[in-house]
Amino acid sequence: MATLPLYAQLINLFAAVLLLLAFAMLAQRRILTLIDLFAAQGFALACSTAIVAYGTRQPHLYASAALTLVLKVIALPLILHRLIRRLDVRWEFEQLINIPATMLIGIVLVVFAFNLAVPISQLASTVTRSTLGIALASVLLSFLMMITRRKAVPQVIAFLSMENGLFFAATSATYGMPMVVELGIALDVLVGVLILGVFFFQIREQFDSLDLRHLERLREGGIDEEGEST
Amino acid sequence: MSATGIVSQLLQLAVALALAPMLLGWVNQCRAWLQGKRAPPLLQPYFTIRKLFWKDVIVAANASAIFRLTPYIVFGAMCCAAAIVPSLVTDLPFATAADAIALVGLFALARVFISLAAMDVGTAFGSLGARREMFIGFLAEPALLMVLFTASLISGSTSLPAIVESLAHRDIAIYPSLAFAGVAFTMVSLAENARIPIDNPATHLELTMVHEAMILEYSGRHLALIEWASALKLFNYSCIGIALFLPFGIAEVSDDWRAIAWSALVVKLVVGGAALAVIETLSAKLRIFRAPEFLGTAFLLAVLAMLVNQLLGS
Repeated sequence: MATLPLYAQLINLFAAVLLLLAFAMLAQRRILTLIDLFAAQGFALACSTAIVAYGTRQPHLYASAALTLVLKVIALPLILHRLIRRLDVRWEFEQLINIPATMLIGIVLVVFAFNLAVPISQLASTVTRSTLGIALASVLLSFLMMITRRKAVPQVIAFLSMENGLFFAATSATYGMPMVVELGIALDVLVGVLILGVFFFQIREQFDSLDLRHLERLREGGIDEEGEST
Repeated sequence: MSATGIVSQLLQLAVALALAPMLLGWVNQCRAWLQGKRAPPLLQPYFTIRKLFWKDVIVAANASAIFRLTPYIVFGAMCCAAAIVPSLVTDLPFATAADAIALVGLFALARVFISLAAMDVGTAFGSLGARREMFIGFLAEPALLMVLFTASLISGSTSLPAIVESLAHRDIAIYPSLAFAGVAFTMVSLAENARIPIDNPATHLELTMVHEAMILEYSGRHLALIEWASALKLFNYSCIGIALFLPFGIAEVSDDWRAIAWSALVVKLVVGGAALAVIETLSAKLRIFRAPEFLGTAFLLAVLAMLVNQLLGS
């Protein structure tokens, strides 16, 4: 392992940090800290993309690193912070499963993802191929986070964090997607968050809460009498 | 087994026995400074131990042999651990008898006996402390094992001197797995040594204490031995941390760097003790029911370290 050049070691380091941040988000109770962790994940992603760009001399990756930095470290956290302030949902949110159990499920998912990624990464020829397992693991962890959260805002953050994982998978397996695709996805994510922000207000207006349990039952005429507000 | 090996083995044990209370005194001193109090002298733990050795032993009427034997067993287990963990030299003939897993077993032995002794007399505080100690212990032990396994995977051996030698000789490289394991190990040692996020060593306030609750019934030389054993435990954990994560400068077989090894150990212990005091000052004590989350995080970090090591090979 001493044969690995310094930039590959740095990519491995950032990959490990990314996985750690995914777990930190899974365990986080406070919504504002969750947004900060999401911004930190974006920052780690931008750093690792820039290092891949430097190490493999792929100048278009610099552009996507800059895009990640602007969008996921600055713009999206700002929008989310504004949403939280306007919606006034700063309290700690509940989870469906308690935190230690979620962590254990997370570890199982990581083992699963690593096993899944080993044969795939042997086919890839890039220097960053061993990080594919970590990218897959962070996608699965974001899925888990969407499943275990009940409120709308953490689910959206989980969705965005899943996009981070997918982006990292693209960088590690194939040195990034074509620029057009990347620009398209970036715009999609931005617009998606804006639309979901509008949805939050609609959901709250309808049910007096951001709890997604209220969306599970199909009913005409909005809230019934027993609709509890949580 | 060579003569120099036996000499260095005995020398290291003597150093551990002699320096352990001083490390405790240094941590207490740093903590008092950071909290703006007047610090007790550096040698205060020695004074306490000497005072306790001079005092009479009072044993409860219904105490059994376990209660009387426990201080010696705990102290003996800590001495064995101090003989296994390479702090000054790696040329330790005794260390072939027990590897990293047996080391965890030694700590577990001490914990089981001190909990039994705490319940032996039958006071409420004793059994409360014993229950809490076992509760913390069963969560901390797997995390400690995982940390040791990570280091063993990197160096390909579970024997502590071999781990230290291979880690001290590797090329300078970034090891994310060792960084994770280091954080996990710090959390585990805070919990195991009854330090602040889990237990407060300076309190006798009954509802929050864990370690102090277990040794309330002890007096005289029994208490002196237990205090000395706790100091040794802190010293052992510091040495394990140094051996796994900062092994540079340790003296090896057929190596005359004793002066460097001495000064390296002292510098590392001084810095480590100060860092411990900073952690203790900055953090607040957790409720006992938050301890599973704290130690669960440590376990998670240790497992992640092992998995990352498997996947990335670093």
